[in-house]
Amino acid sequence: MGSVVEPAGLDTGGVSERSERATGHNSTAQGAPSRTRAIGWLVARRLAFAVPVMVIVSAAMFALAAASPFDPIYQYYGVQIFTASDEDIARARIELGLDDSMVVQFGRWAGGLLSGDLGDSRSLRQPVAEVIAERLPWTLLLVTVGLVIAMLVALVVGIVAAWRQGGWFDRVVTGAAQAIEGIPAFVLALGAIALFALGLGWLPVAGLTDAGADATVGQVARHLVLPAAVLGVSQSPWLLLHVRQSLLGALADDHVTGARARGLSERVVVLRHALPTALLPFVTLIGARVPELVTGAVLVEVVFSWPGVAAAVVQAALAVDYPLLATLTLFATAAVLLGSLLADVLTAVLDPRVATDG
Amino acid sequence: MADPVLAPTGTRRDPGPWRSAARRRAGTPRGRGAAERARVRMVGGVGLLVVLVLAAVLSPWLGGLDDRLVDYQSVRLPPSPVHPFGTDGAGRDLLLRSLAGLRVSLLVAVLCAVISTVLGAGFGALAGAVGGWTDRLMMRLVDTVNAVPHLLLGIVIVALYRGSLTAVVASIALTHWTGVARIVRAEVLSLRRRPFIDAAISGGASRRRVLRRHLLPAVVPQAAMSAVLLLPHAVWHETALSFLGLGLPPHLASLGNILGDGRSAVLLGAWWIVVFPSALLVAATLAVSGIASVWRDRLVPRRRSELAL
Repeated sequence: MGSVVEPAGLDTGGVSERSERATGHNSTAQGAPSRTRAIGWLVARRLAFAVPVMVIVSAAMFALAAASPFDPIYQYYGVQIFTASDEDIARARIELGLDDSMVVQFGRWAGGLLSGDLGDSRSLRQPVAEVIAERLPWTLLLVTVGLVIAMLVALVVGIVAAWRQGGWFDRVVTGAAQAIEGIPAFVLALGAIALFALGLGWLPVAGLTDAGADATVGQVARHLVLPAAVLGVSQSPWLLLHVRQSLLGALADDHVTGARARGLSERVVVLRHALPTALLPFVTLIGARVPELVTGAVLVEVVFSWPGVAAAVVQAALAVDYPLLATLTLFATAAVLLGSLLADVLTAVLDPRVATDG
Repeated sequence: MADPVLAPTGTRRDPGPWRSAARRRAGTPRGRGAAERARVRMVGGVGLLVVLVLAAVLSPWLGGLDDRLVDYQSVRLPPSPVHPFGTDGAGRDLLLRSLAGLRVSLLVAVLCAVISTVLGAGFGALAGAVGGWTDRLMMRLVDTVNAVPHLLLGIVIVALYRGSLTAVVASIALTHWTGVARIVRAEVLSLRRRPFIDAAISGGASRRRVLRRHLLPAVVPQAAMSAVLLLPHAVWHETALSFLGLGLPPHLASLGNILGDGRSAVLLGAWWIVVFPSALLVAATLAVSGIASVWRDRLVPRRRSELAL
């Protein structure tokens, strides 16, 4: 990956690259249906793998709960456990099915899940499905806006940093990115609240709307700015450093040197020749980033009292609300698997050289 | 600079700002000055870490003050010569409390890193050495653990076994061994093809002996590096759990517990309760990851990267 290029190596490299590309395109043009089928198989295989994963994850969670010293009846009754009669407690235990073996409880829960009944949240006192339906849109809104911010920052700043590698901008940006990478998202969130909400008073501190106000577009947008920006900034360093690194690699590629040798302007070389190859891994990166997005959403939602599912996870954990906790964890697992599947499919669609039989 | 391809003499049109970048890149070999930067990063990282660890470990014996000393006469005092970091909501000296928190957080992080490295190295080495269907099944298990977001799995474990140091350590160690397992397995797979393994096998060594005497010692450097890379992550994880109120019990001052208290303090304008502990946290994280990145570049020269992650 040296930057000093020998003209001979450049020439053959360019030609081989071009011929490889040409054959690649021919084969896709002729074998388009087979390629589609291959991607279809990829999806089918991955979905088949997802089933045992979900079963194992939920079974493992039930095993953990079975081994836990915590008795859910205390959570169900709260302080009233001290005044409740023994018969009442026994009846409640039977109603909740707490005396059945863990295998039976798991079977009941899994059966309910398959038939669309997710059970009842013990801490929020409403059906789990209702909790998710109420809260998921807010989480999706927050995560989507945060991800868009992160991608924009990473792309723009990463490209400029790679193009000006070694310059002051590059040094400042890589340094800042590594520093932000080391700062937990909740510290960033607290700092943002202290500065923009309390210090400057530009934006509201927390919540979805002002107290008592309706969830109008303007209200939500104003309250969304800080959480989404914090989520985006906390996610961007890793993406940014990857964009920069892979663009640096692409700039040293033979086809880029070839484009330079043909006398194309540097702008065309960077944006049209180097960037497309550099961005291919980016798709996979974002798909693989779902776990970190979930984690970031948990922390940001808690600090900003955002009424999303990620904050509900923490609420459920604090109250040992097992049905809600298990379902949400399972949903997050599904989201992770879906993210990596989407990324792989997109990569296979965008790059005909990628094999689909992994 | 005098590259005939990239800097043709007598260019027709004005190259504009983009041309100069190409010239500069053509003239500067990538990685020039990398050695000096690596040295600075190493020395700085080690120095910072030594200072932090010494301060954290020795703080109980310095000044004879107690970080648990509650003083309701001096609640949330801003930084002053008496209290360099200020005081928290119960009038405790924040400097002493932050150092105590750093001590707890580092202890938890080291425990987690060691446990998950041993676990992951054993798992990965076994999978790589046995191979075949066992290997495939074991790696699918790794994929399964990885499919659950680590913080969520940690939250589930901590929620069901609340308020103990063991639960926090277990919740971090049980979620972070997968990375080590992957690295060690890959290393074992590549080592298996080397002549010295063939030599050992043809010398009549049993599979177990090959694994214990030849393969495991060879993966120690990789595993040790993974442990160091895990450290900042474990600190982060512990802090996040404690911040959410799911981590260490409140009487144990960890950085996460202090920051969790700081959440309400910020609303009262007591910025120092958040700023100083998080500065300590970031300093410790950056020191460790700086050392780890230099070490990794030395160990794996081909993967020399400018990412200090």
